[in-house]
Amino acid sequence: MSTPVTTAPRRRRTNPIHWLGFVLVGVIVLAGLVSFVWTPYALSDMAGGRLEAPNWQHWAGTDRLGRDLFTQLMIGARIALVVGSGAVAIGAAIGITTGVLAAFATRFFDDALAALFDILIAFPTLLIAMLVVAAREEASLGTAILALGIGLSPVVGRVTRILTKRILSQDYITAARVSGTSWPAIVFWHILPNIAPFLGVNLALQFGLAVMAEASLSYLGLGAPPPNASWGRMLQEAQSTVYTAPWGAVLPGLALFTLVIGVNLLADGLRDRFDPTQRGA
Amino acid sequence: MSDLLRVDGLCLATADKSLVEDLSFTIAPGERFGVIGESGSGKSLTALAITGLLPRAIRPSGQISLAGQQVVGASERQLAALRGPAVATVFQEPLTALDPLMPLGRQIALPVQRRLKREGADTSRTAVARDVRLLLDQVRLPDPDRLIHAFPHQVSGGQRQRVAIAMALACRPQLLIADEPTTALDVTTQAEIVKLITALVDELGIALLFISHDLAVVGQVAERVMVMRHGRAVETGPAAKVLTAPDDAYTRKLVDAARRFDTALEGRA
Repeated sequence: MSTPVTTAPRRRRTNPIHWLGFVLVGVIVLAGLVSFVWTPYALSDMAGGRLEAPNWQHWAGTDRLGRDLFTQLMIGARIALVVGSGAVAIGAAIGITTGVLAAFATRFFDDALAALFDILIAFPTLLIAMLVVAAREEASLGTAILALGIGLSPVVGRVTRILTKRILSQDYITAARVSGTSWPAIVFWHILPNIAPFLGVNLALQFGLAVMAEASLSYLGLGAPPPNASWGRMLQEAQSTVYTAPWGAVLPGLALFTLVIGVNLLADGLRDRFDPTQRGA
Repeated sequence: MSDLLRVDGLCLATADKSLVEDLSFTIAPGERFGVIGESGSGKSLTALAITGLLPRAIRPSGQISLAGQQVVGASERQLAALRGPAVATVFQEPLTALDPLMPLGRQIALPVQRRLKREGADTSRTAVARDVRLLLDQVRLPDPDRLIHAFPHQVSGGQRQRVAIAMALACRPQLLIADEPTTALDVTTQAEIVKLITALVDELGIALLFISHDLAVVGQVAERVMVMRHGRAVETGPAAKVLTAPDDAYTRKLVDAARRFDTALEGRA
């Protein structure tokens, strides 16, 4: 009769690989935050010789105008984080809204929205982003965020739609309806919390993709304009000197790699930790 | 007009198949009514039709009048007003009928909150918490302090079903539909849940529509029973009569089979 109720989540050992994710993201976030109050040099300060290798004065070396690369990397971290979070926020807002609506809609609108998602997904994100930048007629940080957010939204929408449909077929939704729960309440109390663990992982992957796409946009000259240092533009600027000064290309690439893989590992770890159904029974 | 539920000539059909045909029965306020039938006989669909929750592909025709409101053809808004105050349901599998990511206390609190709001009563956190405690007490759940914070997978099947019953009662419905509430439970727990449901509906003056394929369970619970087969009612009458001296050939077969089974068990003992 009185089966013991275990409410305290059993402490499970966190997988060290998830800690690695936490540390990698932490390093980038820290660099981005510190860049607001301190950088070794001013961004456009031509403080060193041309194409210096990493040394005590310039920890990451200098570019071909003698500007400090470590400073640029720090500012780049800030840009990457802002663009990644902004794009994911916009993509999630559009994608989750349309995805939930599609799942609730009549057959016809559901099919129509699903087809629209598929068509938009078939479009390369970068191409959609370039169209948005072209439509705004200027390349700015805001445009890049908006463009990438719109580009990501159909993927989020499709995942949300499928997850929502799966939850809608569950008995507890019928149980909620039969006890008189309104649709908005069902969405907020039952559907969103239940799709969150899955959607969260997806959004983290999207964050990684957005950061990469921002680098691509900047590489193409469609990202944040010059006084801002984006990792993508650093890569582009280092391209012509990659044989004589490889660190100029290697270091931003490494930063990009660190952030993207860190976010993916962290997302995995967070899901394991916060999904109550995976806690000890 | 004094009937709480009046089903008259109810037919349920998909585009190419008839699932329930010409079903008629009534339930008076406070009455315990049992529906018996094999799987696929249309018992659960009938329950869904009463709450207006049929899948889109199934079209109802006929009359269902619940607490004076026509259900067939009613708008979603009218139905939403019925769900809760007029009818609540306890489902077969309590694990899937509870939100896996919501603490049990909160799942009971939501319908309590709605009811208090509907009644224009105090909906403060303490008022809701007090009612949740009361409900946990009513369904005889031990250790409410811990249960309130537990998730569905952390408690036993019987406890989950008690929580589901508490959620249904939280609406203070006039009619409680129990759709095979004991099928997913082991025999000892079954008996406890049946006893609990019977006691609670009597205590609170709620009418009960109890659906099961288990003759013995329905016999224990219901005052009046209806036997369904292939979407039709084959026999309706007082439980004592239908389950001891049935008129219908199919019912007789069911009762005989159950009796033979019992005798066989006794023979072994």
